[in-house]
Amino acid sequence: MSKRIDVSGLTAYYGSHKAIDDISMNIEPRTVTAFIGPSGCGKSTFLRTLNRMHEVTPGGRVEGKVLLDDENLYAANIDPVAVRREIGMVFQRPNPFPTMSIFDNVAAGLKLNGSYKKSELTEIVEKSLKGANLWNEVKDRLNKPGSGLSGGQQQRLCIARAIAVEPKVLLMDEPCSALDPISTLAIEDLIGELKERFTIVIVTHNMQQAARVSDRTAFFNLAAVGQPGKLIEIDDTERIFSNPSVQATEDYISGRFG
Amino acid sequence: MSTAAVADKRPSTLQGASLPKWSPYAIVGGSIVLGVVIGLVGGLDSKIQWGLIAGLLYVFGTYGIAARVEGKRQAKDRVATSLVWVAFVVAVIPLVSLIWVTISRGVKVLDPYFLSHSMGVVADSEAGGGAYAAIIGSLEQVGLATLIGAPIGILTAVYLVEYGRGRLAKAVTFFVDVMTGIPSIVAGLFILSLMLIFDMQPFGFAGSLALAILMMPVVVRSTEEMLKLVPNELREASLALGVPKWRTILKVVLPTSIGGITTGVMLAIARIAGETAPVLLLVFGNPFINNNPFEGAQSSLPLFIYQQYANSAGANAAYDRAWAASLTLIAFVMILNLVARGIARWKAPKTGR
Amino acid sequence: MDISTQTTDASPPTPQPSVVQQKRNARGATRAGDRVFLGLSRGSGILLLVIMAAIAVFLTYRASLAISKDHGNFLTTFEWNTNLIPPSFGIAVLAFGTVVSSIIAMAIAVPIAVAIALFITHYAPRRIGGLVAYVIDLLAAVPSIVYGLWGGLILVPHMTGLFSWLNDFFGWTGIFSWDGGAPRSMLTVGILLAIMILPVITNVSREVFRQVPQMHEEAALALGATRWEVIRMAVLPFGRSGVISASMLGLGRALGETMAVATVLSPDFDIHASLLNPGGGTFAQNIASKFSEATADGRDALIASGLVLFVITLLVNGAARIIIQRRAEYSGANA
Repeated sequence: MSKRIDVSGLTAYYGSHKAIDDISMNIEPRTVTAFIGPSGCGKSTFLRTLNRMHEVTPGGRVEGKVLLDDENLYAANIDPVAVRREIGMVFQRPNPFPTMSIFDNVAAGLKLNGSYKKSELTEIVEKSLKGANLWNEVKDRLNKPGSGLSGGQQQRLCIARAIAVEPKVLLMDEPCSALDPISTLAIEDLIGELKERFTIVIVTHNMQQAARVSDRTAFFNLAAVGQPGKLIEIDDTERIFSNPSVQATEDYISGRFG
Repeated sequence: MSTAAVADKRPSTLQGASLPKWSPYAIVGGSIVLGVVIGLVGGLDSKIQWGLIAGLLYVFGTYGIAARVEGKRQAKDRVATSLVWVAFVVAVIPLVSLIWVTISRGVKVLDPYFLSHSMGVVADSEAGGGAYAAIIGSLEQVGLATLIGAPIGILTAVYLVEYGRGRLAKAVTFFVDVMTGIPSIVAGLFILSLMLIFDMQPFGFAGSLALAILMMPVVVRSTEEMLKLVPNELREASLALGVPKWRTILKVVLPTSIGGITTGVMLAIARIAGETAPVLLLVFGNPFINNNPFEGAQSSLPLFIYQQYANSAGANAAYDRAWAASLTLIAFVMILNLVARGIARWKAPKTGR
Repeated sequence: MDISTQTTDASPPTPQPSVVQQKRNARGATRAGDRVFLGLSRGSGILLLVIMAAIAVFLTYRASLAISKDHGNFLTTFEWNTNLIPPSFGIAVLAFGTVVSSIIAMAIAVPIAVAIALFITHYAPRRIGGLVAYVIDLLAAVPSIVYGLWGGLILVPHMTGLFSWLNDFFGWTGIFSWDGGAPRSMLTVGILLAIMILPVITNVSREVFRQVPQMHEEAALALGATRWEVIRMAVLPFGRSGVISASMLGLGRALGETMAVATVLSPDFDIHASLLNPGGGTFAQNIASKFSEATADGRDALIASGLVLFVITLLVNGAARIIIQRRAEYSGANA
């Protein structure tokens, strides 16, 4: 089900400020691609351009192409709403809908996209919660509000919500940065399982995490504060962490800056 | 199986057929034209109906067209958008009309003569006369009400923020909330019941008391908000120097928040300046100048407007005076509002970001 | 952050040690100052409580005087003849009119106000939204008597077309039948009240919608929700209790509004099925219209009706407070 993403010449702005400049890369299906780089280098902005969430920010603007299996997401006749259904997203802070139960949170996306029978919904919700390794913890309290869960559980609930609509790609914007180490581990294990079914792109601040979970790693950097972020290199994770081709990458990975 | 269910109910492509960008404008234009045509053909004489018909056509037209081209979800989204816009227009029309009419009719007789003369023996249906007595009455009543209401309100807020703990503070907080909701006429009736007991005749200060009651909760609320904005570090820094608490409040807390407090008080003044009902009961109205708020009936601007409107049996001269007085009153209230906001912006507590 | 300078400015100047010593020894004065200041501020708080109690007590006292003289039934009599001997008056018509006009006002104002709040926060371009918010803010400050004057002179004549249309199509319901008299009726009153409370409800709802965390809206967007679906999923559920309490505040205003009703309605003392024919009355309007001709007993009777209004508004505002408080607890749990 998963699809490939080809980005070419992508530049994103906030108003008149250029946030990222001329980025091109290919993301293979059924892989985990990690974005690393110092704060402000535009990796989260770039991630948000991949499902057209960037333009939600006031003043957000994008130039360039993003192809999802040869279909340009920024073509004139493309419906951004449809794009976001194909490319799911998990955010930095867990954000279950506070007024909905656990069940309704997972079913939220489904209910938007057609009418399902109760039995169909129950089945998909169970499957998604199992897929997010959360089922055993919440199966007895599906009608309780999602905000009652712990942070790590909430984040897995958000993952369940995202995969319930069966997107082709899953974007994760620092999904573990607000979590404790044990919850982080649970999410990392989950990512390993999810890549069988989805193309996964993850932004992370934690280089060990990138090394642990990803197949490919992209390093972003910026020349100076206020300058746009750029893609320095993208390669197999192993190579990036052992023998990167650019000096700046090595400096960053060995902790010389950032 | 569930995979199939999901896949079936979703278009497999990212491209939604979508209406061209100009379509909402086209639908607006079309609905207005159709509304006018229907209005003319049907011989409907009320422009309100024309507008309502155009509005309905717009909403249903949007849904129909969008549902055909883009699908139901998009259609709902567009209808929501169009409803929000219609609601905005529907609400703006009366509000704009109110301001426009007040200004255009108010300027007719609003001149120095109007502001410096009173009705005296001018009959309600005759032209001439003015609102001088009413302006004097308003200024005195509102001024006295402020002298009573503002200090009590500010002190209560100081109590709630700086000292308030325990049951008394809770009770005060609760009843301040309750007091905010008292209808102005009830405050008037309260003072009236006191006057009936002492068998007193209407006089300006009685109105001031009712206005002060209406003013207090507003001042308490806004002052409370402002005092809460003063960072605790400031208080602690002062207390740590051994400055007693009352001096800390007077010399550190209040000066820091004085801008916001002034704003709150001015907004409260603007509010009570427009109150009519209690003044009607307690001050009664007086076509002659009475400079003494403590004895004898007075007038006030809002009351003047009401009496010009209600007692004139449709005389245009009286309506003109009512509009002129309205414009004066609105100008007063708006200037207070604008100045208050200006102060708020200019003197915003410098919390150091 | 310049705490140090500010506090140095504010604290007493620090001159020679001897003076410092002197001041420090004046402990008694310090304590007295604290006591006086605390007494003043606490006294003000207590004064507020006393005023509230006094309002209840004195209104009840005068009302009881009036009700004991009432020859009719205070709750059910359909007339207000306080100058008769014995006087006969009842609040049934007033209660009915007050409730009906407020319901009409709420039915019109709440949806429109919510829509405008959404317009400001989610639909309009930022600048226009800000401008609209500012104008609505100012409109909330327009005195009610000006709305009343506008209602009586501008709105009323503009209602005839709408009334005849309603009569043509919905006259058969009885509620919208119209005999062609001046449209100084409950419906017109309701519409004017709606216009008046619109800014209040809009302002509060706007604040609530603005507080919806960005991340909830983004969560909905990332699931592929349209703008309206984002609002349904994330904004309205989050803002529901806020909108309810805003509406209650508006309702409180509508219930107690005096001048706008007095200038528009042509009252009588009967309950009419039709909202379009003139007649009926509200508590506050009745007080204002009957006051000038009322004798001492008549004034007591008006005070009695005012007491009922007072109790009703207390209940409505109390309900609003409780809802707001629940919301505070609820959002605290989510923090």
